[in-house]
Amino acid sequence: MTSPQPPQGSPLSSPVGASGRPAEVGSVSYLHPAGSFVVEDHAVPDRHVEMWRFSPLDALADFFDPAASRPAEETGAVSLTLAADRGAGEEAVDLLAGSPASLVAAPLAVGQAPRGTVLIPTDRVAAIAAAVPKAPHLVIPAGETLDAPVRVDITGHDCATIATAHLVIEAGADSSATVLLRHTGSARYIGDVEIIVGANAHLTVVSLQEWDDGAIHLGQHEAVVGANATYRHIAVSFGGQIVRLQNTVSYADEGGSAELLGVYFSDSGQHLEHRLFVDHNHPKGVSHADYRGALQGEGARSVWVGDVLIRPEAEGIETYESNKNLLLTEGCRANAVPNLEIETGEIVGAGHSASTGRFDDEQLFYLKSRGIDEAEARRLVVRGFFAAIIDRIAIPDVTETLMAVIDRELEAAAAAGTTTEPQENLS
Amino acid sequence: MTNNTSPRGLVISDLHVSVETEQGPKPILKGVDLTVRPGEIHAIMGPTGSGKSTLAYSLAGHPKYTITSGSAVLDGTELVGLSVDERAKAGLFLAMQYPVEIPGVSVANFLRTAKTAIDGQAPPLRTWVKDVNASLAQMQLDDEFSSRSVNEGFSGGEKKRNEIVQLDLLNPKYAILDETDSGLDIDALKVVADGVNRYAAQGDRGVLIITHYTRILRYIKPDFVHVFVDGHVVADGDESLAESLEETGYEKYLAANGGAAEGAVASQAGGSLA
Repeated sequence: MTSPQPPQGSPLSSPVGASGRPAEVGSVSYLHPAGSFVVEDHAVPDRHVEMWRFSPLDALADFFDPAASRPAEETGAVSLTLAADRGAGEEAVDLLAGSPASLVAAPLAVGQAPRGTVLIPTDRVAAIAAAVPKAPHLVIPAGETLDAPVRVDITGHDCATIATAHLVIEAGADSSATVLLRHTGSARYIGDVEIIVGANAHLTVVSLQEWDDGAIHLGQHEAVVGANATYRHIAVSFGGQIVRLQNTVSYADEGGSAELLGVYFSDSGQHLEHRLFVDHNHPKGVSHADYRGALQGEGARSVWVGDVLIRPEAEGIETYESNKNLLLTEGCRANAVPNLEIETGEIVGAGHSASTGRFDDEQLFYLKSRGIDEAEARRLVVRGFFAAIIDRIAIPDVTETLMAVIDRELEAAAAAGTTTEPQENLS
Repeated sequence: MTNNTSPRGLVISDLHVSVETEQGPKPILKGVDLTVRPGEIHAIMGPTGSGKSTLAYSLAGHPKYTITSGSAVLDGTELVGLSVDERAKAGLFLAMQYPVEIPGVSVANFLRTAKTAIDGQAPPLRTWVKDVNASLAQMQLDDEFSSRSVNEGFSGGEKKRNEIVQLDLLNPKYAILDETDSGLDIDALKVVADGVNRYAAQGDRGVLIITHYTRILRYIKPDFVHVFVDGHVVADGDESLAESLEETGYEKYLAANGGAAEGAVASQAGGSLA
């Protein structure tokens, strides 16, 4: 693999990537391979490749073949529609049509900055999507505060062809906005999302995976956080057969803050994988990652890999990452792997934790001894498990959807008889 | 199963209970006979490992315990065979020795859900919050307490007071208090005892206090005291029995029961609830 290369036509031609990430090869490890836009720089993975060892490679074989996918605007298999309410009523814009509109700049060609300055594909699949000819470009103007979320509906229409897309979201300096990427329908999709958070900006990107059964969604989300800016990325994965997202953050300057939150609910036969990489490449940054997931049913899988790199220059940073999993039934499996690579000790703090627990029969007994029936008791415990994160998401639309989905998942499980009366006490 | 001709009461008859161990089922309760009538306060006293708590948890339906024979009838309803929540709906309440933490579930939400389940309908919004706050205040807990997660980060005293708040709001027909006095300082003990006395003062509720020490019985006056050794009741009396136990301990009952001391130690090792 080659080290990150400035894209063609980029005004940035220095050996330092536009993300501010030094192009030193010494800090690249098996946990975060060097990026490259060249698909062939990324070998087709097998089970021995660290980044892919938990993924269902057999089901993903087509995704590694560049000839098997086509840009979404060509296939029509996936549409991207922007719905924004800027006070004068909601307007819907077809992002793949390529016409500028409010909050939408002209699409960016390959190598046309800022496209390609932040997201440098770290795997073969992301590299395939990064090659789409036109990338929709959302722009939150500098200094502007958008109260209502900017909604992008990413809707799958068919699974026949793998559809690819690359979306660029640029939040200008001192702006404040929430962008809601809502994935629904049926598709095989690779979606790269490249995010630039300007100095002092506040940007929240929510990625909701509410796909129909059978959908497959891969991709790389990568953001660069400006000086004293606040970036929040919230991944919510419920639907689809396979979801695998690489979520990467680095910093453009000092004092940036990143909060990466995730909630997932994996059912029988589902594979939901979230991989985080936070590259502390500037001083005084903050990163907090907190993902929680519940699993139920035979073959339900989740994978969470959190990697935080603290480079020698990243003095005074603070980072914490956490993942908790709740196994509701037999037959499901959660993999949780937190990694910390510390290259300087001059930091405020760094920590991580990961846990996977079974449903607590003592909690159920306590609730039931107060007259609360089994189904309601389980609902209380599961909602409580997610509450700490859902409270932090603090976007009413999203939290309501989440609570409704959690209830629906539990009801579906109860109807399917996958919930079981508590077995003999574990002690 | 309800028999309206029988007098009301919590009637425990020849109850045998086993716990599953690696060596197979181990009998803990060996024929318990005990009747608590409405308006009565009973205290069960006994050495550690005698099975007192097992009685409490098996009546409530904890999955760890298997009732192998006997019966427990609450105002005509047989509890054996009912699920845990059905027993609570029948009118049984267990104040636990070690209330578990339920992260992310607020006390307010929990209380409301429990009240709705017990009554079969949601409590009236207008009065409910007031009732909760009044109940908390009586237990010297402030309104803010209801926004905390159930038992999470509670002190030992707060956990016990929270149990009595539930007793007050759910107002069951029969309440079993399992070592509610343990871990309480003298002020907290008085607050808890006052709560139990208010509940009992309704006149038609039954109380079964399980305790190791006589301390709590100075604040909650029992009508009956039972000595519990090796999985069954070995002596009955009134308040004076508790006083004599204070002086003489359980020694003579253990000796009279022969081999019971050994059984007590073994069952203690069987599990934290035994």
